[in-house]
Amino acid sequence: MAVTLLVPTALRTFTDGKKELEIAATTVGEAVTALADTYPDIKKHLYEDSGELRSFINIFVGETNIKSTGGLGTAVRDGDTVMLVPAIAGGALTVNN
Amino acid sequence: MDGGDDYMNSIITDDRLTELSNDEIARYSRHLLLPDIGVEGQKRLKAAKVLLVGTGGLGAPLALYLAAAGVGTLGIVDFDVVEASNLQRQIIHSTRDIDRPKVASARDKIKGLNPNVNVVVYDTTLTSANALDIIRDYDIVADGTDNYQTRYLVNDACVLLGKPNVYGSVFQFEGQASVFYAGAGPCYRCLYPAPPPPGLVPSCSEGGVMGVLPGIVGTIQAAEVIKLIVGGADSLIGRLLLFDAWGMKFRELKLEHDSNCPICGDNPTIHELIDYEQFCGLKKTHEEKKFDTITALELKARLDAGEPIQLIDTREPHERAIVKFPNAVAIPIGQAARRIDELDPNIDAVFICKIGQRSVFAMRALDEAGYTGRMLNLQDGVNAWARDVDKSLPTY
Repeated sequence: MAVTLLVPTALRTFTDGKKELEIAATTVGEAVTALADTYPDIKKHLYEDSGELRSFINIFVGETNIKSTGGLGTAVRDGDTVMLVPAIAGGALTVNN
Repeated sequence: MDGGDDYMNSIITDDRLTELSNDEIARYSRHLLLPDIGVEGQKRLKAAKVLLVGTGGLGAPLALYLAAAGVGTLGIVDFDVVEASNLQRQIIHSTRDIDRPKVASARDKIKGLNPNVNVVVYDTTLTSANALDIIRDYDIVADGTDNYQTRYLVNDACVLLGKPNVYGSVFQFEGQASVFYAGAGPCYRCLYPAPPPPGLVPSCSEGGVMGVLPGIVGTIQAAEVIKLIVGGADSLIGRLLLFDAWGMKFRELKLEHDSNCPICGDNPTIHELIDYEQFCGLKKTHEEKKFDTITALELKARLDAGEPIQLIDTREPHERAIVKFPNAVAIPIGQAARRIDELDPNIDAVFICKIGQRSVFAMRALDEAGYTGRMLNLQDGVNAWARDVDKSLPTY
């Protein structure tokens, strides 16, 4: 059971520039965990400290948001496309220190 | 209305329509020839009042196409002035406009293109204090902003006032577009309840953006604005359009209204505009560690005095190709924690990025990984080094 996981530009810094990965998984959660295991640097960008998915990232299987299909427990089938869709804002600097 | 399969009626009521002059009929003839727009649709465009928040990459095509299309009133909000680095994509501004307020430059271009358009200029930042008063007068808001705090502000103000929010955003080669219209479909908060922590997603000024990308996304927004005004079209309400310019791919995703949404859900908790800087985590919390900084001139003096200093360039490889920082070790932010052993905690380490903002994230990652040495942030980054120390280097 392999799905295609699409990595958005904003997170490719943490996947050595990889745009998509073929991952064996039966749920969305398994696919995302496999991504985080392969590229540990991405972990804290995907999950809150509590282990929940960060709320500026949506995950779609095909064209459907997993929020409406059971979240990370959503089942995936061979050939499904799992897409991470983070919020993007544009040009201004949002960092202050 | 509960999604994108329904056709919207025009949001402009019949009582606001006025006749078209012969000059207007000549100017808009290609619209009048379209049965789906026609004379009635053009009269609706003439009556419509659209607010453009931002006159940058997205606002430029929005303003130009909506002016050309004959939208009667265009409000433009921007506090910024034109810079040389804007001109790669913000085609409403010209070389001679550098250092002028963007709203002044945009007003001139709009009036030059179509003198019939009533341009209302707001040379200010949209804030919680002024947003409701400004937006209240308009039929539609087009969000061409470049930061999360203004996006949440525009969203919330539109929900509270019952206005459609025509949304677009871009990053590097990727764009998003949708129409958020509480009551008819989801709002921005239904999709993204909270923004990313500051710095997690790089901005276009640090991450770059392909110049034509906001041109394409802004033009999609302009099309959505025109459709809401004319009515009878299938709008992007309840749909998120994703565009990948490098792969030249469009994808469409379904968006659902979230009944738990804090502003447009069944039991809303937000009833007025809030402090969006705080909401977006831009106000420093006292427990957050601050790092010492060093200016370019101070660093130069210490290096000239022969002090041992570790120079850590946290920029990505393609940025180092624009301008190299002499004698620096390259450790991109994403690798900082796992490369902790390459640093000597007995020697001061100076962290470098383009403008001294992203480097903090590498420092924070090392701090969290247990690094004990002294870390200093190069204030204003490699651009300061080019400005104050080695003027032969370019800034970018």
